[in-house]
Amino acid sequence: MHLVILGNGITGATAALRARELDPDCRITLVSGESPFPFSRPALMYIHMGHMRFRETKLFEDRVWAEQRIDLVQDWATELDFKGRRVSLAKGEALEYDRLLLALGSKPNKFGWPGQDLGRVGGLYTLMDLERVYRATPVTKRVVVVGGGLIGIELAEMFHTHHVPVTLLVREDSYWSNVLPPEESAMVNRVIRDEGFDLRLGAELAEIHDDGTGNCGAVTTKDGERIECQFVGLTAGVSPNLDLVRESALETGRGILVDDGLETSIPGVFAAGDCAEIRRAEGERNLLQQVWYTGKAQGAVAAAGMVQAKGTYDPGIWFNSAKFLDLEYQTYGFFMPSMEGLESVYWEDPKGLRAVRIVHAGGAVKGFNFMGVRARHRVCERWLAEGASLEHVVSHLSEAAFDPEFSRGFAEAVFAHHSIGGTNR
Amino acid sequence: MIDVSTTDYAFQRTDFDPDAHFAEPAVALPPPPLTLQEKLGLALVAVGILATLSALFSGPLNGTWGGIALSFGALGLGGIIAFHGRYAGNTPGIENDGIWFHSMLARGGLAWVAGLVMTALYIAIYFKPEWLGYDAKNGVVTGGLVEAVQPLATALNGGGSSEWFLYGVLYTLAVIVFGTRTAMKYRHVPYQLVRTCSVVFFQLGFAFLMPNILQKFQQPYYEFNGVWPLKSDYLWPSKVSSLVESPAALGTFMMFWGLVMTFAATPVLTYFFGKRWYCSWVCGCGGLAETLGDPWRQLSDKSTTAWKYERVVIHLVLVIILAVTAFLWVHYSFGLAGMDNVANITKWIYGLLIGAMFSGVAGVGFYPLLGSRFWCRFGCPMAAYLGILQRLFSRFRITTNGAQCMSCGNCNTYCEMGIDVQAYAQAGENIVRSSCVGCGVCSAVCPRGVLKLENGKTHTDRYDGAADPLGELMANLKQPLAPQKPVATELPAAGRRN
Repeated sequence: MHLVILGNGITGATAALRARELDPDCRITLVSGESPFPFSRPALMYIHMGHMRFRETKLFEDRVWAEQRIDLVQDWATELDFKGRRVSLAKGEALEYDRLLLALGSKPNKFGWPGQDLGRVGGLYTLMDLERVYRATPVTKRVVVVGGGLIGIELAEMFHTHHVPVTLLVREDSYWSNVLPPEESAMVNRVIRDEGFDLRLGAELAEIHDDGTGNCGAVTTKDGERIECQFVGLTAGVSPNLDLVRESALETGRGILVDDGLETSIPGVFAAGDCAEIRRAEGERNLLQQVWYTGKAQGAVAAAGMVQAKGTYDPGIWFNSAKFLDLEYQTYGFFMPSMEGLESVYWEDPKGLRAVRIVHAGGAVKGFNFMGVRARHRVCERWLAEGASLEHVVSHLSEAAFDPEFSRGFAEAVFAHHSIGGTNR
Repeated sequence: MIDVSTTDYAFQRTDFDPDAHFAEPAVALPPPPLTLQEKLGLALVAVGILATLSALFSGPLNGTWGGIALSFGALGLGGIIAFHGRYAGNTPGIENDGIWFHSMLARGGLAWVAGLVMTALYIAIYFKPEWLGYDAKNGVVTGGLVEAVQPLATALNGGGSSEWFLYGVLYTLAVIVFGTRTAMKYRHVPYQLVRTCSVVFFQLGFAFLMPNILQKFQQPYYEFNGVWPLKSDYLWPSKVSSLVESPAALGTFMMFWGLVMTFAATPVLTYFFGKRWYCSWVCGCGGLAETLGDPWRQLSDKSTTAWKYERVVIHLVLVIILAVTAFLWVHYSFGLAGMDNVANITKWIYGLLIGAMFSGVAGVGFYPLLGSRFWCRFGCPMAAYLGILQRLFSRFRITTNGAQCMSCGNCNTYCEMGIDVQAYAQAGENIVRSSCVGCGVCSAVCPRGVLKLENGKTHTDRYDGAADPLGELMANLKQPLAPQKPVATELPAAGRRN
């Protein structure tokens, strides 16, 4: 049996290795035009900042792929023929498959801004994007980053490292405030401004101007302000990459529609990771998960479905983490400021660089935010799975501490704060 | 149908090699502007360098307290002021910007120059003390740097200076000055602050001041933080008998101290805290590696090939020191006929090859080229001994935080021991490796809070199979590179080493 996997991001790479584990005999081909070897996308920023070289961002030593008998093909898939079970490639011979996995990832959102396709305009997702940043850095006197999310702050930090002044245009009134509650969001605003970034809240991009050479030279905001800049980062979220399948027979919605075993509308063809949209029962919103661990988990489920028996993707208890400059952030359990019926206990260190939020619904814990402190994943997950009570969690919070030894604890402070009925929201 | 001619698919060439492509920096990263405090510190360092060069050639003031203040004093104080000034104004956090673009830090020309200078210093101390102003044959100070530290030597040990006293001064100075750098750089992580203070304390107090002051009171020279088999001669018959026969009151205590450290304290402390209690808290070599060596920690070789050599070479050195020590004791006890010369030559060869060449010239001299823990990783028999204990019988591990790892590679890059930390973290497994010295930098540089150094409640919950570590180890040795057991939703642990 020949397994062809398109895309060697974390989803495709996990699927290939998992398929090999489950089936020692099948032939596995991992196709990507971007890089011969799978690497870590979240680490792109560190290459530019000089923390790591490209080789250090690879998932494994190169030898592993040969040892696991996974053929790496560096090429772009250009066309899919589901009837003939063939994938056309830009350079090489077409590949014939028995099972196909589409792990195509996503693309930065572009909302039809004038000038969005100029040179020195782009997101930060692929090696091509990194290359664009590389080439632009020496000529950039100011960078404008559009969109207040997790990638935007990374792109800003990259340029900042190279002493390029940064302007951040954030549509919301506070950074990432559709996800972060006001206090955490305010903390992020502070950290960004303390680093000297020009953070514009409630500011929207109207147009990107050509500098006369086909590259960006300035932007205009919706308020009519013109900001001279030589690079524009588009980091207002990502959407599933449907370039390859848009005109095919595959059913698509926002992403490639799959069942909960990650099989698409065409038998034998699977999709996983950022590009997959998992159908849910009527009345429920389809599941589109675009973070690192869901990519891994979906890749593993898809691999099992292809070479063994179809499984069921269990999204488990949501978690995520990020770093805003030097401020670490972890979250467990899914909640958003817009959700109704949630209360929380919120403690913030007087210096304003550490915070803990315990979200609950009538005393049953539903989620956590940790800013500037590290929490133990398995403990938080267990509490959420058990539906632990607020009182139990607050009085056992030290079990969840994951900061390095000798760090100032936060559990006692949160307990004291809660006992005296400190400000909660 | 995809049009690969658009910019998004620009890398259509099948020979595109991102490794080569991103090898050079986007733009030469300009160094951050010097702060006033840094300028002041560097000015003092410049004075210190000039005065030290003057002392090397027995210039004026050599051998006076004024000379010491101008040379070593200015170097030390200036270095501390400069490093403090460099980091104090920054927001606390990881300061690794531009490391791979820096000639000194990424094996560029400056690194070779620094490597040559440091190697030359070691060669001078070990083999050519006359370059430094010491006539070793007659035990006479003739000038130069050895003479420069003469007043300090007299004050501390009541005797004279020598190339080894000079070495102690330079070594301790480096640990203090670069210890300031390490402490400031990682000051947002309390573990790093405490640990750095510890290595500075043990170097200054236990390895430098105490042995010298003991000599002043007619006691034997003894470094209380030196442990056999790193301090190879501390359990050799020659040293042990000299301690026992010493008229000084402390001699017998020192002999027992050596035995207790090697055979009792080491296994017990390693059981509770892991190898780190010694390697990155107490040891002098470790202390230098964590301070002077820290800027070069990223140079450790992470390849499987390096790891294969490491396993063989470090354990071979342990076997050699065991064999040499056993032979010396047999010879001492039974007076093997005609073997006196063999015993002496054995000691001399061990001291030359392992002590001088491996741990000194290569171990420290090549910091800028091979990374800070070359000796600790490939050669130190104490590290091998501690490693066996840590792997098989210890509570220490680095805990991986659930499924949080996103495989960025920072932990690997900054592991001075060349451990493939990422392979464990991305598989959701705890890291239990004999070579881990517990410096904690993987945890410090992790951008997602995935790693935590911990002493567990028992030694059996560290990884699957920890209840029978020896059996697990043997299984791994038989099939060292086989893929490990799958972990439900994690990246498979393919290529993991043990």
